[in-house]
Amino acid sequence: MSLAALLVLADGRFPAGGHAHSGGAEAACKAGRIHDAATLEDFCRGRLHTAGLTAAGLAAAAALGLDPAGLDAAADARTPSPALRTAGRRLGRQLLRAARATWPSPELDALAAAFPRGAHQPVVLGLTARSAGLGPDGAAQVAAYESVGGPATATVRLLGLDPFEASGVLARLAPDLDAVAARAVAAALRARTDGTDALPAASSPLLEIAAEVHADWPVRLFAS
Amino acid sequence: MTGAAPAPAPAAGLRATARIRAAADGRGGTALPLLAGEGPLALRRTRATRPEAGVVLVGAMSAPLGGDHLTVEAVAGPGAHLALGSAAATLALPGRGGEPARYDVSLTLEEGASVRWLPEPLVSVRGSDLRVRTRVRLAPTARLLLREEQVLGRSGEAPGLLRSRLGVTRDGRPLLDQELACGPGAPGGWDGPAGLAGHRALGQLLVVDPAFAGAPPAAAVLGEFAAVTPLAGPAVLVTALAPDALRLRELLDSARATYGW
Amino acid sequence: MHLDHGVTYPHRHTHGAAPVRADGTRRALRIGLGGPVGSGKTATVAALCRALRTELSMAVVTNDIYTREDAEFLLREAVLPPERITAVETGACPHTAIRDDISANLEAVEELEESVGPLDLILIESGGDNLTATFSRGLVDAQVFVIDVAGGDDIPRKGGPGVTTADLLVVNKTDLAPYVGSDLDRMARDAAEQRGELPVAFQSLRGADGVAPVAEWVRERIAAWIVR
Repeated sequence: MSLAALLVLADGRFPAGGHAHSGGAEAACKAGRIHDAATLEDFCRGRLHTAGLTAAGLAAAAALGLDPAGLDAAADARTPSPALRTAGRRLGRQLLRAARATWPSPELDALAAAFPRGAHQPVVLGLTARSAGLGPDGAAQVAAYESVGGPATATVRLLGLDPFEASGVLARLAPDLDAVAARAVAAALRARTDGTDALPAASSPLLEIAAEVHADWPVRLFAS
Repeated sequence: MTGAAPAPAPAAGLRATARIRAAADGRGGTALPLLAGEGPLALRRTRATRPEAGVVLVGAMSAPLGGDHLTVEAVAGPGAHLALGSAAATLALPGRGGEPARYDVSLTLEEGASVRWLPEPLVSVRGSDLRVRTRVRLAPTARLLLREEQVLGRSGEAPGLLRSRLGVTRDGRPLLDQELACGPGAPGGWDGPAGLAGHRALGQLLVVDPAFAGAPPAAAVLGEFAAVTPLAGPAVLVTALAPDALRLRELLDSARATYGW
Repeated sequence: MHLDHGVTYPHRHTHGAAPVRADGTRRALRIGLGGPVGSGKTATVAALCRALRTELSMAVVTNDIYTREDAEFLLREAVLPPERITAVETGACPHTAIRDDISANLEAVEELEESVGPLDLILIESGGDNLTATFSRGLVDAQVFVIDVAGGDDIPRKGGPGVTTADLLVVNKTDLAPYVGSDLDRMARDAAEQRGELPVAFQSLRGADGVAPVAEWVRERIAAWIVR
């Protein structure tokens, strides 16, 4: 695995649309559930172990070469909120655009042809990692990190939270991030023989509900 | 508990399976050719309201205890209509040796069948450790109404560890797959701002109906802590968090009046 | 069956700047409008739509700090049918969405071409930002930077990427100059010094046809784009 490729893909400046999504942080800030570094950390930990784990499992499985269509259907089933499904496909399409320009590959072209409306972002992420020469562990690490990096950055913008504190939150989550990525990879390896049922389906009811509440706002800063 | 490897349930625990088979009786009603309870899972036939047959699970004892493995298996054959409920809340209780309990529910709905699975709440009692696995397999023309209510601790009590997974497939394709873990020992953040945020009751109402293919229900928000979400298939899921079981039931009942039957 | 997939789009492009679409047809000319908050970007977009909509097939993408506000203004003003106006969320960073990560804007312009195309012109309006915000060449073919006389007549002298490099600098609200003490001649001199040969348009949208010079510049751009 190329560590340099991993850094390019995980860089928050990689132009794949993530900057306009808060991962539920905008709704949580508005509701007062995130109001400081401690509550941001609790939010990130909860999101990491639910949506983050599920995304990491899908990404790892895609990086292993499991059928993207099956993984995309598994992602749909793991995303009850239509607002989050739409956001996931939109981000998947944006990532695919960036990925095809950055690491061109026949697999990415085939994915674009099979999913003109966009595949779920973790599935695209896994195939992107594959095209970048990364394995399932790299894909899972990036997916896990994105699940908390987005909310942390968004909270800095939304609350004026001290960016050093936000970085501290992410650093403290490192052991959890590694553990989630490891679980995701183990599940992806099982899924090769047992099918997508073996992938994590961890979910947070509140994140799903709040995504619908957020989608209903007439005015907002972030797309999700 | 002695030694043996990852057996489905340790020998110390109780194993019980309740089996139900519903079949169209050919006269516009539903017969129950198989109705077999076991141990704490006693089954009782309720008065049928044609075309539906009714069955209620009667908890003969407090279960599941840690180490127990309970299974409910129901099959609704072609054109059969089954209403399945429970007489009282299910209490997840601590076991003798601290080992987890398991509760598996398997529902199979064949062509033209319908099942209403509306059990009473599951209460996760302090010190308990329960894994719930609900699997539903639907034929393309089957209809499902399913309710899940989970209550964390009896009144004023800390909860146990509850891990629950609900998997629904339709025509072999995944329609809904959700895993929930809460209580002491669950991964971090379960009660935080991306978790339950202090709520002690959560529930879902799932309605699968082929009629939704033409006219899917619109997404809707029911206050700050409940939402109606059309799935990526002819189904709608209502998810709600509430301070207690009573408030949760009110929410799910009103959703059921709108989307269910 | 997937209820989410009501609409289908063909193959998306990998890159944004290529002048042809996936099916080989020439894509619409994309012009970005940037500039500080309140300088009159949305009013200019509205005026351009009114001036050009009968001769060109047009659409608008807005990048608002607050999602949908500018789009809703354009809808209220009914400058174009609603299906020709799309809003992009920017996550509180409007300059990021037009320069560093243009993926959401590219999605929006391609969706407009698919759903209401063929289009001759797409105007992409940036959310109000500072003087350093410019559009990526991967997103737009030309950019207009809109400032106004009330923002201070020293803005052209101060320069910055928007003022110095935009393909057209628009100095808006010239009717206010006497009231805010802005010296239009000085602004013109300073702009010429900063911009060399690049054009500057002074406009007031108060009077009839105030947008005419900018509209004419757009027409020239369109003509050059079609023959290119």
